[in-house]
Amino acid sequence: MLFSATSFYSLLLGFAFLIFIVILSQIPVKMIIKGLKPIIPIVIITTALNLFFITGETVLLKFWVITITLESVKFTVFIAVRIICLIAGTSLLTYTTSPITLTDAIERLFNPLKKIKVPVHELAMMMTIALRFIPTLIEETDKIMSAQKARGADLETGGIVQRSKAFIPILIPLFVSAFRRADDLALAMECRCYRGGEGRTRLKQLKTSTIDYIALALTILFLALVIIFNFYF
Amino acid sequence: MSIIKTENLTYVYGDGTPFKKTAVDNVSLEIQKGELVGIIGHTGSGKSTLIQHFNALLKPTSGKIFIDGEDVWAEKTKLRDIRFKVGLVFQYPEYQLFEETVYKDIAFGPKNMGLSDDEIKKRIFDISRLVGINSDLLQKSPFELSGGQKRRVAIAGVMAMEPEVLILDEPTAGLDPKGRDRILGIIKEYHKEKGNTVLLVSHSMEDIAKSVSKILVMNESKLFCYDDTVNVFKRSEEITKMGLSVPQITRVFNRLKQAGVSIDEDIYTVDYAKKTLLRILQKGEI
Repeated sequence: MLFSATSFYSLLLGFAFLIFIVILSQIPVKMIIKGLKPIIPIVIITTALNLFFITGETVLLKFWVITITLESVKFTVFIAVRIICLIAGTSLLTYTTSPITLTDAIERLFNPLKKIKVPVHELAMMMTIALRFIPTLIEETDKIMSAQKARGADLETGGIVQRSKAFIPILIPLFVSAFRRADDLALAMECRCYRGGEGRTRLKQLKTSTIDYIALALTILFLALVIIFNFYF
Repeated sequence: MSIIKTENLTYVYGDGTPFKKTAVDNVSLEIQKGELVGIIGHTGSGKSTLIQHFNALLKPTSGKIFIDGEDVWAEKTKLRDIRFKVGLVFQYPEYQLFEETVYKDIAFGPKNMGLSDDEIKKRIFDISRLVGINSDLLQKSPFELSGGQKRRVAIAGVMAMEPEVLILDEPTAGLDPKGRDRILGIIKEYHKEKGNTVLLVSHSMEDIAKSVSKILVMNESKLFCYDDTVNVFKRSEEITKMGLSVPQITRVFNRLKQAGVSIDEDIYTVDYAKKTLLRILQKGEI
């Protein structure tokens, strides 16, 4: 929706829609703003680049080789708002939907691809497992780092070569334990007679209910409005 | 002189977030040089957090900690030096093995200390004898060894640094009784030979009772007591209430006492129990 918005007003409409769903989701605004923090540098860099390098006719400011034009200011603001909306929108998705539901949904969505022999279920399962093990691996890394630090490993000083060498004592045990975990998991799945997607039932069934249709209708409505706005304003 | 000293040591996980949890609460203690101390407590009683302070892996939220009289978090103190002074063996230490050969892995710590190759060699042979790793194993990959062997190699890796304080976090976890006794034997042997301070963390009372002279009990983030083994087991009732077990033999003798047999001492090892029982039987009191 945000990508299809080419005019200022249609972007504004997209922004309004975002605010609307934020309110609906009941996620505290504070949390969303917090989630935006890491992209501030990206926004600043693109802003600076756009501001200085886009040429236009109405010159607002000129010194040395830098010229700032009205067009560039307009475009810069446009891009910045678009990036912020994009990130806020996607973080809203991860705030409201658990990774498991998300991968389930992806599996459902790509189901037609099974006809052309794409291993959809396997891919979704891999994604679920990968997501599930991120925190575990972080914890493991912490542990191994502490253990090697206790043996006098120096991770903080030295040049790039020295420092990357210092990470070998951490990476090797980490890989070993990741493989061990993968092995254990495979064995556990085998023990529970896991045999892929065919005929598998779910603990949590995804069902499309009235509210989902309303949400879908609203989204389509807004998208249509954005496109119409593009033409008329 | 005390080798480890803490003053009102407090550590809070996730301070300033809704998940904040005090893991170590206002602990003040002093551990003397050359002692073999057992640390017991429930899972989550703060014992692991406490020992990580002893070699400067964690910075206390408040309070102070002195190693060998030196304030660990004073500005001029070098943390690496503290870590060479206080060796810490984590739970399941075999997961930290990474080198191509057992020899190289044991050498990792001493090498970081900047010791000469000759000295390292000497230490490795010394330590591998102590932990019972045959010299032909030294050139093997650590990943080819059995679980018990791996554990011993990993412990040797820290012992080879000959730290003034050796801390072992649950060194016997997940081992069979034979392997457990072997590790405990090694620890005792190390303590006897080197005369260094050793701290042994465990939640198995049996292990602790067999090996140590003093016990430190942690309960719900607080220091419950730190005393000689005998005195700690005198409070076996309180300890049981905490959900920790006292050694089986102590329980047996407590019941005997309740049944009216006159036993003065507190019994916590089987050997001692046998002697006491024989004495009583000879006197013909029962």
